[in-house]
Amino acid sequence: MITAVQLVERVHGLSMEQLEVWVAADWVRPEHHQGAWYFTELDVARASLIREIRDDLAVDEETVPVILSLLDQLYAARHETRALAEAINQQPESVRDSVRACLQRLYEEE
Amino acid sequence: MSEDLYAILGVSRSASDDDIRKAYRKLAKECHPDLHPGDKKAEEKFKRISAAYDILGDPDKRKRYDRGEIDSRGEETPHARYQHYADAGAGAGMGGFGGRKYANFGGGGMGGGAGFEDISDLFADLFGGGGARAGGMGGMGGMGAGGGGDVRYRMTVGFTEAAAGARKRVTMPDGKTLNISVPAGLRDGQTLRLKGQGEQDPRTGQAGDAYVEVSVESHPHFTRDGDDVYVTVSVTPGEALGGARISVPTVTGDVSLTVPKGSNTGRRLRLKGKGIQRPGARAGNQYVTLQVVLPDEPDEALVNCVTEWEKKHPYNPRRGTEGRS
Repeated sequence: MITAVQLVERVHGLSMEQLEVWVAADWVRPEHHQGAWYFTELDVARASLIREIRDDLAVDEETVPVILSLLDQLYAARHETRALAEAINQQPESVRDSVRACLQRLYEEE
Repeated sequence: MSEDLYAILGVSRSASDDDIRKAYRKLAKECHPDLHPGDKKAEEKFKRISAAYDILGDPDKRKRYDRGEIDSRGEETPHARYQHYADAGAGAGMGGFGGRKYANFGGGGMGGGAGFEDISDLFADLFGGGGARAGGMGGMGGMGAGGGGDVRYRMTVGFTEAAAGARKRVTMPDGKTLNISVPAGLRDGQTLRLKGQGEQDPRTGQAGDAYVEVSVESHPHFTRDGDDVYVTVSVTPGEALGGARISVPTVTGDVSLTVPKGSNTGRRLRLKGKGIQRPGARAGNQYVTLQVVLPDEPDEALVNCVTEWEKKHPYNPRRGTEGRS
């Protein structure tokens, strides 16, 4: 866990004021301990991404939450898919074979 | 490999800085890797356009590129990609995955409408296939098979840590803490194997290995080529003309360097063995390029003195480069 000051130092071109706005908007979600914010590596990467979307890609402020929301859904869906795949991976060989055959059929029907 | 950077961004050599910025933005929107997780092609393309923009988007670097002083191998600025954290988890136990934290952002539910066809590529990845759709699904169980699962992580280390070696205690996105010894001379993109630090097989108790792919940060002053380190150091006109002993940074700390009398801008001095010392290899050198720097606000006395001197001793530093506009 790192502090807000450390996060601002790590994310090139980010100011404390900006970070405060993003946290207020719930774009970045620190943990709160005794009145201070603490961030994880995930938050650092997310802040970098938001900065890139706004500054490098020149996406306007109002569009940023739309993108974030879609991205979060995308990653959540990827995650569920991964969990499903991992569950299949842990099945006996015969079950995995049936799933594989079934998937193959579905692809071929496209 | 020298590719034309203008061609990568799809602009002409005479494009304005503004045109270049617009072209970069348009392309970056199409292929930003965090917006296209799992799409290797987009990621490759993004790396190329970022490297191109890194040079062409900076008026100084662009001029130097146009003059042929720097080549098209832009230094990619490695930093942690969001997708790495947001996607983290599946390989490393289903416990604390990062994406979940933001999964309900903006009230957008998970809307589980994804059919198999939408996620086929992801499945192909997961089943350890060669990627080619159903055909590549052969080697299911690539992860987690045998004794304990191997897990893969990524981390970023500082330029000097990678150059001189370091011991790092890092918390990985899944919450696991690893003690990692970074060997001196580690290169960007190298993978470290930590034996027995992977996932434990619940049945056999055997642990897999952890593989940590390392990106090395770029440094504001140092660059490296293999085990040699390059740095540009500024000197005053007096130090350059009269010679001096100055202190210069190396990856292992400051050392003192003799600037010979009459050293001009661009003179390169070698600090033998002060580059990167990989275990068991001969140490690289550090090369110091001098740059003569005038005072921020030269006063009248200095200006008069130099212009008077030049009247008596005219010389032409542009000899041989004139007429080539």
